[in-house]
Amino acid sequence: MDAIINYISVNQQEFYIFILAVFVGIEVISKVPTVLHTPLMSGSNALSGVVIVGSIIVLGKTDPANYLALTLGFLAVLLATLNVVGGFAVTNRMLEMFKKKPGKK
Amino acid sequence: MILQLIDIGYLVAVVLFILGIKLMSHPESARKGNSIALAGMILAIVVSFFTPGLNNIALILTAIALGTVGGLYSAKTVQMTAMPQLVSFFNGMGGAAAALIGLVEYGDLPVDDIGKGSVLMASLVIGSVSFSGSLVAMGKLQGVIKDIRVNKILAFLVLGLAIALAVYVLLSGQPKPLLVYGLVALALIYGLLFVYPIGGADMPVVISLLNSLTGVTAATTGLLYDNKVMLMGGILVGSAGLLLTLLMAKAMNRSVSNILFTSFGTAAGPAGSGQDGD
Repeated sequence: MDAIINYISVNQQEFYIFILAVFVGIEVISKVPTVLHTPLMSGSNALSGVVIVGSIIVLGKTDPANYLALTLGFLAVLLATLNVVGGFAVTNRMLEMFKKKPGKK
Repeated sequence: MILQLIDIGYLVAVVLFILGIKLMSHPESARKGNSIALAGMILAIVVSFFTPGLNNIALILTAIALGTVGGLYSAKTVQMTAMPQLVSFFNGMGGAAAALIGLVEYGDLPVDDIGKGSVLMASLVIGSVSFSGSLVAMGKLQGVIKDIRVNKILAFLVLGLAIALAVYVLLSGQPKPLLVYGLVALALIYGLLFVYPIGGADMPVVISLLNSLTGVTAATTGLLYDNKVMLMGGILVGSAGLLLTLLMAKAMNRSVSNILFTSFGTAAGPAGSGQDGD
């Protein structure tokens, strides 16, 4: 228990960011119309691919002789890239569809 | 100097993320929002290459190239009607990446660092649940996986066991790689049990929830590396995704708890017990 309390107090800044980000996330999409639910879900899915930054760092730090870690790290970068690239591309395609239906708002 | 520039680059990326997601929630600016968020992501990726002491650059670039080709190809060729499945698949990949990072990092982390250890366990469990859950959601939308009745007690038992195992590994003060793999296996099973009983029509809501989970696991990974772009971006997706889940459920005239915990099979008694409200 002490360790966790200590961790929170040492990383105070991170926890402040954490709390503020929760409110920012809620605030920025609070007025989204129903038609945009699916594209927004897809777009935020692409954003969660930010984990790619971590996977680049983890593979970059891996000892080139540790084949297991290399394989896992390689997979992490590959899958995270799929999430990012695929996510943004598919969102773009969804939103393109919207443009062709000017009646909807 | 380079370290400061890295920080500033990440900061700009976070601002682009927030702007992007904000513009994405308005019909006129949605496409612009997507492009701005993408610009932020590219910036974050480029900046991460300047992390001091980065090795295996060729390997990283190969993985990114393969992922880019695969991602672009599947996004461009997918049928319009199959898009939600693909989103679910991509989401699962993000969760899997976070879990893999946790697995690699477990070997490097000092075992007595319980604070970071807890964060790492959270990454592992949430990432794995998001991965297997997303794949089931995808299979259901595709019609490959049928609704399977799952004993809720069994599902919670699996989750409880995973959490107990995580706590045990943390407190044992010794490296227990095998148990960590066991933990991942339990979390993967929980993801399956979690989505199996939910009806196919409710999958969009479930995918949104799993998307929110992937965001949280990106954030916990960010905590692991003291990386603020991952922390902020992940939580942003986590909270926006959670609100979106609630909004989507509301648009379908359902409540989230109703969708998640009223399994398809049990609706045999009062038919339509799934519909509340009106």
